[in-house]
Amino acid sequence: MEGYPLLEVKELRTRFSSEKGTITAVDGVTFKVDYGETLGVVGESGCGKSVTAESIMRLLNEKSTRYDGEINFKGVNLLSLPEKKMLDIRGNEISMIFQDAMTSLNPVFTIGDQIAESIIVHQNLGKKEAMEKAVEMLRLTGIPSPEKRVHEYPHEISGGMRQRVMIAMALSCQPSLLIADEPTTALDVTIQAQILEVINDLKEELNMGVIMITHDLGVVAEVCTRVAVMYLGQVIEESDVDALFASPRHPYTRGLLKSIPTITGDRSQKLHTIQGVVPALDNVPKGCRFAPRCPYATDKCMTEFPLLETLENGQKIRCWHHQEIMEREAASDVITAAT
Amino acid sequence: MEVAKPIQHNQLVALEKDIKKERRQLAVKRFFSNKTVLAGSIMLIFLTLFAFIGPLISQFTPLQIDPANRLAKPSAEHWFGTDNFGRDLFSRVAHGAQVSMGVGLSVAVLTAVIGMVIGLYAAYYSALDHILMRISDALMAFPDILLAIAIMAVLGPQPVNVVIAVTLAKIPVVARIVRSSALVIKEQTYIEAMRAQGASSWRIIWRHILPNTVSPLIVQVTYVFAIAIILEAALSFLGAGVPAPDPSWGNILYDGKIVIYNAWWMTVFPGAFIVMAVLALNLFGDGLRDLLDPHSNKALKE
Amino acid sequence: MLLQQQLDGKITEQKDTGTPLLQVRNLKKYFPITSPFGRLKGHVKAVESVNFDLYEKGTLGLVGESGCGKSTTGRSILRLIEPTEGSVNYRGKDLLQLNQREFKGFRKEMQMVFQDPHSSLNPKKRIGELIEEPMEIHKIGTKADRMERAMDLLKRTGIREDQYFRFPHEFSGGQRQRIGIARALAVDPAIIVLDEPVSALDVSIQSQVLNLLEEIQDEFKLAYLFISHDLSVVRHIADEIGVMYLGHMVEKAPTDDLFANPLHPYTKALLSAIPIPDRKQRRERIIIKGDVPSPIDPPSGCVFHTRCPFAMEQCKSIKPEMLQQSDGHQVACHLYN
Repeated sequence: MEGYPLLEVKELRTRFSSEKGTITAVDGVTFKVDYGETLGVVGESGCGKSVTAESIMRLLNEKSTRYDGEINFKGVNLLSLPEKKMLDIRGNEISMIFQDAMTSLNPVFTIGDQIAESIIVHQNLGKKEAMEKAVEMLRLTGIPSPEKRVHEYPHEISGGMRQRVMIAMALSCQPSLLIADEPTTALDVTIQAQILEVINDLKEELNMGVIMITHDLGVVAEVCTRVAVMYLGQVIEESDVDALFASPRHPYTRGLLKSIPTITGDRSQKLHTIQGVVPALDNVPKGCRFAPRCPYATDKCMTEFPLLETLENGQKIRCWHHQEIMEREAASDVITAAT
Repeated sequence: MEVAKPIQHNQLVALEKDIKKERRQLAVKRFFSNKTVLAGSIMLIFLTLFAFIGPLISQFTPLQIDPANRLAKPSAEHWFGTDNFGRDLFSRVAHGAQVSMGVGLSVAVLTAVIGMVIGLYAAYYSALDHILMRISDALMAFPDILLAIAIMAVLGPQPVNVVIAVTLAKIPVVARIVRSSALVIKEQTYIEAMRAQGASSWRIIWRHILPNTVSPLIVQVTYVFAIAIILEAALSFLGAGVPAPDPSWGNILYDGKIVIYNAWWMTVFPGAFIVMAVLALNLFGDGLRDLLDPHSNKALKE
Repeated sequence: MLLQQQLDGKITEQKDTGTPLLQVRNLKKYFPITSPFGRLKGHVKAVESVNFDLYEKGTLGLVGESGCGKSTTGRSILRLIEPTEGSVNYRGKDLLQLNQREFKGFRKEMQMVFQDPHSSLNPKKRIGELIEEPMEIHKIGTKADRMERAMDLLKRTGIREDQYFRFPHEFSGGQRQRIGIARALAVDPAIIVLDEPVSALDVSIQSQVLNLLEEIQDEFKLAYLFISHDLSVVRHIADEIGVMYLGHMVEKAPTDDLFANPLHPYTKALLSAIPIPDRKQRRERIIIKGDVPSPIDPPSGCVFHTRCPFAMEQCKSIKPEMLQQSDGHQVACHLYN
């Protein structure tokens, strides 16, 4: 196991067959996650970020889904494993937490039962030891008086608590990779701050890799070490989190960052907007996927498909004109600063 | 943003036409790709044709007695054979189809209308809900057939009374379906949006809640149609339905019961038609449910 | 054209500058909780003594976490929920004293845009009909007038006019929200209550809708009550912000003032909890512990004392008054007495 990166996704392509023909939800996604690292996967709805996560877990209905490429987890390609082997990996080696903690918990079992169940299944512990472990996991996620909480039902606790329970459940088998799919989207900001802190602390403690799927660039800035920005099934930019916020290269990333209202920016200015809407997956543009909405698009962008290019500072970008855009924007920034 | 030119009235009419045409084509396409509803419809069309064309092509009337030719086997002359009075069975089953399907359809239409009104108002006004639903609980506590027999005993055996009896027995079922889907719709934000506009209850119930409950209503009504056919047959079989000598599938079966060991055709033909009608309606209903509810449609594809 | 005059006439004859358009005083909403046998078991104290003013072309933001009563406040003003107590004065008339028939005339002055663009439009209606319906309810104009106005509004909110006959499910979330806005504008209201209007939208669509809201505010001379949990969004659009916690308004201040100088510990915690999409501005966070207490049995004294890092003895027993600290900046906290 040693020597291999924790997770290496190579040219992953996930296709669904549907009424309208084949839809490519994930189209050639490549990234790497190491131990102790948090990779943020950001994008708008329909960009394929959740499908990527579900592909790694192989949660999709395999009758109507086709995977191509490789998902190497500790050197083993998950896509070539039989379903039986996947059962040992899911929830044990790779765990996932979801946005909606209420529907992810079974309302007829107590919290303790639900956490203990996965411990019993994966770790061959007895009921009593599993329950003790459950209490310990709940304490780790910062739930007060966990020995009482284990006997409560999901509807008896608050949304933030439920998300902690989900985390406790996901981490009960000490997975080496945690996939968090919009874990805080349904929560209030003060609770979000608590949950993000819990995930971050536990990551350090267990030396896990974390994939944080979110639409919120603020969350990315808070907890991630690296970021992959997705658009229409592709990674269009990947970089170190500092570099991404300091100098976003792709016009989409730049547009996205400029269009978010912040608590520090200039209020009197109109918000920057990205024109148009994300096209449907069964109708993707031919050339660069972002070209129809891109203010810098040229004829080349409309017809030719850019590849993910690695820059000298390790930033990866999928754009024909990122060099010129950088220069042009830098020049215009000087002008606006001067006036 | 593209520069929009002001749209002319005639352009608009053309536009509306285009969109409606497009939608119609899509509906037709979906109808023909849904095998269940297609099979149900074909069988229903066949039954309807049988009910209306059957009596025309038969040389006999259903009441024409021919004692010399009692209990004749199916032959070129009597396609379905004859009964114990020598009446032509084909003609009787075809006329019976008119009666049975007529009763079924009337019940379906009546329960749909009455059940819809009750369901909508019960869902909208909670005070009314308590009263109406307790009454329907009371009605539902009786088995359908017993309730229908009791009503028939009061009203007397007449085809119209069969419709009344079965309708009364089935209204609670339809009302409940409408009520439960209306209760869901009532909580939708667009209903709140209408209240924020100052819309009257009448407008909310009839213009906003009603259109959203129509799909489950139609589906349920096809099942009621099927059940009404069975109930009518059962009532007539028990002698509490359509009175002899008028034919209905139920009383033909009753006549056939006595001679079941000698004349299989007297039970098999009406029986087969009851089965076919009920099957056709159930298939049609199942198919409609998939057609009208896009979610279950998707679920089916996966 | 006649339609426009009809709509304008009403507004101009009553115009009265300087005074607030809408004054909300001491607004309370308690939801009764009853046992299955109808016995009263208690109350959910959703809104407790909320006061604020709305001015023409002004925007008041209401922020707070789920269950703080911000949506209930918005709905109470529109009487979608009947408030338990208080007064809502619109141009000098207390709306809560009117009966439903009298109130109907005022409904068209106050419109609402909802959070969920998917459930707020009737799926069985064409979008043209949806926009015309409010005008139909208030008997404004002829059918042709209404259609013309619906077309204008569609165009104004960025939907192509030839989409008039389409159904809501044929549009994306952002487009549906535009349709919802067009519907609210149909009867030319003076006030729009916006309940989390951009929370369900993607980031790039969110900014489009926020810009649209700002544009039409000037154009249609609207006052907004902007309800949101997202402080960054509220900061962008609101002139004044009220922070709510457990049914109480704990702080109210002009936007810039609130962000530059938040006073209430809850406001401070809320501000520091917002993730900032910028790595250079990392800051020390105040993470408040625990969950919001139940509104059925709210804490005595200051409702925030159970989670407040600065709680003192008096906070547990004495309810703090909303006091003016500087021009327009009010806070309800014993730290500033």
